[in-house]
Amino acid sequence: MFETLRQSLRTGVVTTSYPETPAEVSSRARGRPEIDWEQWKDARLAAAVCPSGAIEFVDEPAGSAVRRNVALDLGKCIFCGLCADVDPAIRITNACELAACLREDLRHMAQYRLNDDGTHQRLLEAPGKPETLDTVGRQLRASIQSVLGRSLHIRQVDAGSCNGCEMEIHGLNNPVYDIERFGIHFVASPRHADMLLVTGPVTRNMELALRKTYDATPEPRLVVAVGACGCSGGIFGRNYATCGGVDSVIPVNVYIPGCPPNPHALLHGILLAIGRLPQKPSRRNDADAQGIKHAPA
Amino acid sequence: MDSARGAFEQYMTVTREFIPFSNGSSLSWEGVPEWPVSELVRKTAAELDRGARLCAWFGVPEDGATRLVAVIAFDADNSMAVARSLPAAGRYPSLTPTHPQAHQFEREVWEQHGLVPQGHPWLKPVRGAAGGAPAVGEFFRVEGREVHEVAVGPVHAGVIEPGHFRFQCAGEEVLHLEIALGYQHRGVERALAGGPHRATMSQMEAVSGDATIGHATAYASVMEALAGEEAPLRAQWLRLVALELERLANHTGDLGALANDVAFLPAASACGRIRGDFLNLTALICGSRFGRGLVRPGGCRYDVEPDRLSQLAGRLNAALAEVEQASEWLWDAASVRARFEGSGTLSPDQASELGLVGPAARACGLVRDVRYDHPAGWHRLAQAPVAVWPSGDVFARARVRWLEVQRSGQLVKEQLGAAPEGEIRANLGAPAPNRLAAALVEGWRGEVCHVALTDAAGRFRRYKIVDPSFHNWMGVALAMRGQPISDFPICNKSFNLSYCGFDL
Repeated sequence: MFETLRQSLRTGVVTTSYPETPAEVSSRARGRPEIDWEQWKDARLAAAVCPSGAIEFVDEPAGSAVRRNVALDLGKCIFCGLCADVDPAIRITNACELAACLREDLRHMAQYRLNDDGTHQRLLEAPGKPETLDTVGRQLRASIQSVLGRSLHIRQVDAGSCNGCEMEIHGLNNPVYDIERFGIHFVASPRHADMLLVTGPVTRNMELALRKTYDATPEPRLVVAVGACGCSGGIFGRNYATCGGVDSVIPVNVYIPGCPPNPHALLHGILLAIGRLPQKPSRRNDADAQGIKHAPA
Repeated sequence: MDSARGAFEQYMTVTREFIPFSNGSSLSWEGVPEWPVSELVRKTAAELDRGARLCAWFGVPEDGATRLVAVIAFDADNSMAVARSLPAAGRYPSLTPTHPQAHQFEREVWEQHGLVPQGHPWLKPVRGAAGGAPAVGEFFRVEGREVHEVAVGPVHAGVIEPGHFRFQCAGEEVLHLEIALGYQHRGVERALAGGPHRATMSQMEAVSGDATIGHATAYASVMEALAGEEAPLRAQWLRLVALELERLANHTGDLGALANDVAFLPAASACGRIRGDFLNLTALICGSRFGRGLVRPGGCRYDVEPDRLSQLAGRLNAALAEVEQASEWLWDAASVRARFEGSGTLSPDQASELGLVGPAARACGLVRDVRYDHPAGWHRLAQAPVAVWPSGDVFARARVRWLEVQRSGQLVKEQLGAAPEGEIRANLGAPAPNRLAAALVEGWRGEVCHVALTDAAGRFRRYKIVDPSFHNWMGVALAMRGQPISDFPICNKSFNLSYCGFDL
């Protein structure tokens, strides 16, 4: 007993000061892929290796020319980095805090004029900065805050994940991430919860259970979709056994990309959902995209 | 002399009825002995009686009928063997009544291919139910005035995967527990058919997220066997390091979770943190805390340069010292021992009849470890002693984990200083057509078994995955018999099986 206390005191505080200080990730961590849209010449290489269809293109005739529409979807991305291996115009940053309130904010679309040999050239339309006009979400966050003050109760629902996301969600409760320092607790029943933290892809066998869990959660309630599978169906997509992303079954307020998202990314998404991030999320992501201020893990 | 000849003759019999092969190799599909289905059942039963273990039992569709394939392992001989049936339809005599380790496999074959094992004592789907979720199916019920039924799940109170548990209780005491899984069924095996596809490698890594390295290594070994090549030695070495780090992280996490379930919070907190330290070591190697993107057919995608290696060694030593400290607290606490000892006990006979694998089997005194029985890759050159504990209870399952933390820790420490030079990845040829390849890997939960069968074009005609959980879930159900229902969480946690690995 005294020995345990002595050792605990000697260990001291191990909790990170995130989000006040930046996330510490491995120097090899793979976060958001960044495309040099101006210099990009051929979407075919990346699209051919992308396992989850996060980079896709469609060629369509536009007058005498052919137009190529390219999409990079962070909601589908599993951050494997294979695209950057085959295409020098793509760079993998270690930015892991990618949560967004709207599914569209995770999709980046560009248009090119297509050459005869299948490569593309001349950017016709670059992806714009995501402009979140999330008024409903903002009202909901305000109402959650007014009802609950600074406390939040989360019910986690695994609707078909590979348990990687669960492992990282577990991490939120350990002394390093210690989510309770924000007044956020995991609870045993949806009836006690303000937020459902849902991992997917939602399997057909879990569809009804997820709906019932959602119905059992009192309003105002928030739903956060976790991981590539939760955001979009991920590596399994939609098939005879799965329905795809969480929003194909219940409405979602915040999407947290990642495969699986690390505890920092989860914390970022949860704090974003309740409007408690210290900075504007878009500015944060810009700083991360440049790969600065990351201590090597 | 006579006995040696006897053994040799016996072995010769095996070669006629089953064809032997070693872990991580492939053989011609044509050359796999084929028998009428009832013959196959009889011959498999005879091999199991001689001490073989059923690793996989699955169907391969052919011309509107189904061929059954039996993959067995002779642990003592370090060899595996395979046989198949002629295409069959309708009914066949069940293997389960005499060999319960086949029960889940026969249910699965029935669900997937409609082949009815006649005489199976409890034939119901393993992943679904007609027209609804698994909990809608029929359950075994105990009758009696004092008996009540408790239904739990699929959504549980903790941060865990979904499954449905149906208890038959007399008061607090559990008379029977039936576990209905399938909620995580994502259609993995069907997605793999016709592959490898560009998504295949990533899907393998997501069969069971906490066993990413185990499943990825099994898949890579199968692909290498089909191409008739081996991964470079340095890649085999790095796979061993990653596999043992995965074991360290998960076992440490489990010790913490067990401590948490008996409200011994100092060890729970410490182990939760140290588990993260081990995960970060994997991230140091490949950027992902779960080893996503590390193992690839033909080698590994990342190498470990000297700087990184010394950083790895330093941080490993620190984490091992801390986990040593935290488990001392755990083992020294009488309150912990009192809750662990005698809870959820399985006998060695039960474990062996059910065909349990991994720490769950070793905690019943069975010396059963793929790294030792069927070494492949770098495990042929570097081994840790098999960790065994005889008592079969929660205490034993915790104790085996602790022994494995120590031994895997020691193994990785030694191996970090013994890295072979050379390439980390080789270009792998295409999979050979019409071949069957099988690989066993001792993941942290136990035996991960992958079997691939290629078609004439070298694509997957059938890809079978057997997660260790597939063997072990029945162990949880039997361990709960006669226990107070309030001990279910600690009992379940002591096995810590994968739902998604089972559901596929």
